[in-house]
Amino acid sequence: MNIATSTELFCFLVLATVIVLGSLGVVLLSNIVYSAFLLGGVFMAVAGLYLLLNASFVAAAQVLVYVGAVNVLILFAIMLVNKREEMKPIQGIRLRRFLSGAVCAGLLLLLVRVVITTPWNLPGPEPIGEEATARIGEHLFTDYLLPFELASVLLLMAMIGAIVLARREVLTSDVGTGDAVTQGLIEQAQSPFLIDESST
Amino acid sequence: MIDSSSGLVPIQAYLLLAAILFCIGVWGLINSRNAVRVLMSIELMLNAVNINLMTFSSYLDGQLIRGQVFTVFVITVAAAEAAVGLAILLSLYRNRVTVDMERFNLLRW
Repeated sequence: MNIATSTELFCFLVLATVIVLGSLGVVLLSNIVYSAFLLGGVFMAVAGLYLLLNASFVAAAQVLVYVGAVNVLILFAIMLVNKREEMKPIQGIRLRRFLSGAVCAGLLLLLVRVVITTPWNLPGPEPIGEEATARIGEHLFTDYLLPFELASVLLLMAMIGAIVLARREVLTSDVGTGDAVTQGLIEQAQSPFLIDESST
Repeated sequence: MIDSSSGLVPIQAYLLLAAILFCIGVWGLINSRNAVRVLMSIELMLNAVNINLMTFSSYLDGQLIRGQVFTVFVITVAAAEAAVGLAILLSLYRNRVTVDMERFNLLRW
């Protein structure tokens, strides 16, 4: 065992531990803010795994998109819907958790069996390493050109859809009385369009 | 540079890690009552799939790296999904004033 392989093994073990423990924390912790920050940690560790797998471009994209955009978006959503609410206890939650845990363990067993018993065709071709970025660019503009363009259309649709879904309807008159209402939407404590069902 | 084709970490280790991550994501998706946590679980599952794609790309398809291209597309779709999902969540919260998944039963009956 030379120093390169032992370093690789050590990095993999550390990253795998961070990923498994972090994702368990994301799922199990009761405070949702801790979950969101742990999710960022898991994304960073996955980016480290990509570096181990000779993919610097995708690792950078992972950090930029997941940690920089998706995680921040989730934190903003937590901030916007941050209301301490007592979840009503529902009956049979323990049984439900146990059953779903059994199903997930079964799925894990199935996947483990597939991974271990499959005869992988190793070693494959030599990884191209640092030329991967140029190769991804060639792929995106030759044989994957149509998915690339469709992805841009998809992003545009998602952006417009998110704006339409998340914006607040601005009405100049009250729906109930017909009086003119002020437009201070954020400061307005009780908008007429908010139907509070927690009191009913 | 670390050469993974002759490296010490076997391909099974990466695949097992991805399987564990995916199962944790499925469990969280089923059992979370907070809607934001459901979205986080979906992101975990997408990351597990990405690890699989990258592993196959590096170990079995080292020259063409089609797995990396697929991962880029998956990241794109995941970003779009997160944006739309959180917008739907905000809209739901505005109407229901809760994030409890058990009370989102608009389409149930």
